[in-house]
Amino acid sequence: MSLELRQVTKHVGADVHIYPTDLRLEPGSFNILLGTTLAGKTTLMQLMAGLEPPTTGTIHFDGQDVTGMPVQKRNVSMVYQQFINYPHLTVYENIASPLRVGGVAESEIETRVAAFAELLRLSPMLQRRPGELSGGQQQRTAMARALVKDADLVLLDEPLANLDFKLREELRDELPKLFADRNCIVVYATTEPTEALLFGGHTATLFEGRVVEFGPTASLYRQPGDLISAQVFSDPPINVARVTKSGGEFSLGEAVRWQASDGLASLADGDYTLGIRPHHVTPGESGAQPVALDGTVLVTELSGSESVVHFTMGETTWVSQSHGIHAFEVGSSARLYVDASQALYFDADGHLIRV
Amino acid sequence: MAQITLKALRHSYLPVQSAPADWALKRLDVEWRDGGAYALLGPSGCGKTTLLNIISGLIEPTEGQVLFDGQDVTGLQPDQRHIAQVFQFPVVYDTMTVYDNLAFPLRNRGVEAGEVDQRVREIAEMLDLTPTLDRRASGLTADGKQKISLGRGLVRSDVNVIMFDEPLTVIDPHLKWQLRSKLKELHQRIRTTMIYVTHDQTEALTFADMVVVMNEGEVVQIGTPVELFERPQHTFVGHFIGSPGMNVMPCAVRDGTAEVDGIGIAAANAASCPAGAGGLEIGVRPEFVSFASESDGGGLPVTVEKVSDAGRYQIVETRHGETSIKLLVDDPTGIPSENAKLRFDPAHTQVYRDGWVIGAERAAGAQPEGGDGHA
Repeated sequence: MSLELRQVTKHVGADVHIYPTDLRLEPGSFNILLGTTLAGKTTLMQLMAGLEPPTTGTIHFDGQDVTGMPVQKRNVSMVYQQFINYPHLTVYENIASPLRVGGVAESEIETRVAAFAELLRLSPMLQRRPGELSGGQQQRTAMARALVKDADLVLLDEPLANLDFKLREELRDELPKLFADRNCIVVYATTEPTEALLFGGHTATLFEGRVVEFGPTASLYRQPGDLISAQVFSDPPINVARVTKSGGEFSLGEAVRWQASDGLASLADGDYTLGIRPHHVTPGESGAQPVALDGTVLVTELSGSESVVHFTMGETTWVSQSHGIHAFEVGSSARLYVDASQALYFDADGHLIRV
Repeated sequence: MAQITLKALRHSYLPVQSAPADWALKRLDVEWRDGGAYALLGPSGCGKTTLLNIISGLIEPTEGQVLFDGQDVTGLQPDQRHIAQVFQFPVVYDTMTVYDNLAFPLRNRGVEAGEVDQRVREIAEMLDLTPTLDRRASGLTADGKQKISLGRGLVRSDVNVIMFDEPLTVIDPHLKWQLRSKLKELHQRIRTTMIYVTHDQTEALTFADMVVVMNEGEVVQIGTPVELFERPQHTFVGHFIGSPGMNVMPCAVRDGTAEVDGIGIAAANAASCPAGAGGLEIGVRPEFVSFASESDGGGLPVTVEKVSDAGRYQIVETRHGETSIKLLVDDPTGIPSENAKLRFDPAHTQVYRDGWVIGAERAAGAQPEGGDGHA
């Protein structure tokens, strides 16, 4: 099944929650909605599920208009951030519940519950109740219930957000495997850029009720078409600075200049916005075109394997992320290098200048 | 500010203890120096919140003592300990202004108005709250409110320690960076002893000078972020810290050399392994594994199972027999399509026995009870 939103909007009173949105999701695809809290991820999912009607626009499954069709008829399943299970039912009955509603034969129920319990490592807990499980097991139960009924559309709304870090890592590894040989559309909402990258698939960057961009995850990350998209898809935040192009050179403030690369040499003179990810700003020279930045250190975070240095140069705050331990004193002057060959340039409208 | 000493501390929620598992907190001896930035890191249920509650006085330990600057405070009530606490969810008075919220802990203790004003403005400035001082807290976003909570924790100058219990859990990632670096910056300026409790390794490692890693009621390692990364004392630390965590492969040691399936793998501490020892494993982080080139010779043969693009690097999942081994690769073109072999950086490859690294002292306080089967 394919899913298509055509010019869909959602207004609540005078507030616009979703601006006109066009989005087409392919059968068997894994799609990520990436954005901060209140960017519109949950609203968009509710529209896809049919839990909320759009204010304007239409929603199509396989080309067929389902805009007015209620959620019960859409063959959709959903998993939420909160672990939602029936507290009075066993894990077995929780997983079986959508099949019972669908009137599936008992023997078929048994086979499918057993298979998904095995897949989600719940087999030893089938006779327990949700209250007797850990958070991770409760969420796996909710996932098993969402998967067991073979929905056409599976919506996962930050399902790992309330779990411990390591558990999140584990389930993140397992999730794509669960969908590997199914033809459903998966939509996964997250606030975390790293999570989007590790899932791969396709990503939509969301910002204040708009889908900014939609495309294959890795290429969207490397070549975001838009400054906002680049900012949404960066953790730590992407460094942004005003630069001026004049002749064959870019300049940043008074002192910092570098040669425009071949592809950019023909770009019109004027002001542009530079975006560069923190791992291309390093304490030592690295990359193809290192350019020195002299700044004042705000704070250094050492994580054991890498260093994150926050520093200011003029009015702009920069973040550097590098391998190894680089302990700068707070308030000290420091020289760091940005690899200009990795810079993204955006025009006055925030569009990426493609080279 | 104070130095905090935990002396022979043990705690159980049960009236009678018969097995090691009955102790929520196993025996603990720790000394935390005045003005340090510490993190308590571990999974849910590891005992970190129990320990926090013992320090703050909400729980009286079954055994042992808590000392502030050498003074026994074990019997003192929380309010007599001069502690500030910041919780997972913002605790603010919605109807009060930001200013009054920040002033509350001071006014409550009868601090005179002039000093209140000075402290409030100082803290507001540090947290970039100055423009909002006259606004009601109710209109602020979650991170705005959490900043006020942090401010209320930081505003008193007479506290022995400030404790943070998962303070950034409800905050979005891009704001987490801001608040975390703010907190670090504040610590570097005001130098109050701070203890930060979290299950999130990134938060713990970036905030703390010294991290206390806990598992199942036990301290498994106390170390700087670099020590925890480069020299995990226990495979749990290797697994829990780092993303992906440390690779662990069953091995044997023959004549001072580690072997996996008869293939020699140089390890930093293999020579110290006692002859005939069982329960041996090699531990090596994905950062210290690479593909061997033809000219390297040797190496552990593996099949490449999966490559994930993490943006800054690729995570490559390989398999040797039953063992999954992950490595990080900067350049995806360097991943061989067949006959892949792995090499391990010998300086960062270590042999573990029953989970503990061979040839190193265990973490302070991490000694198992006599005869409970660890050694």
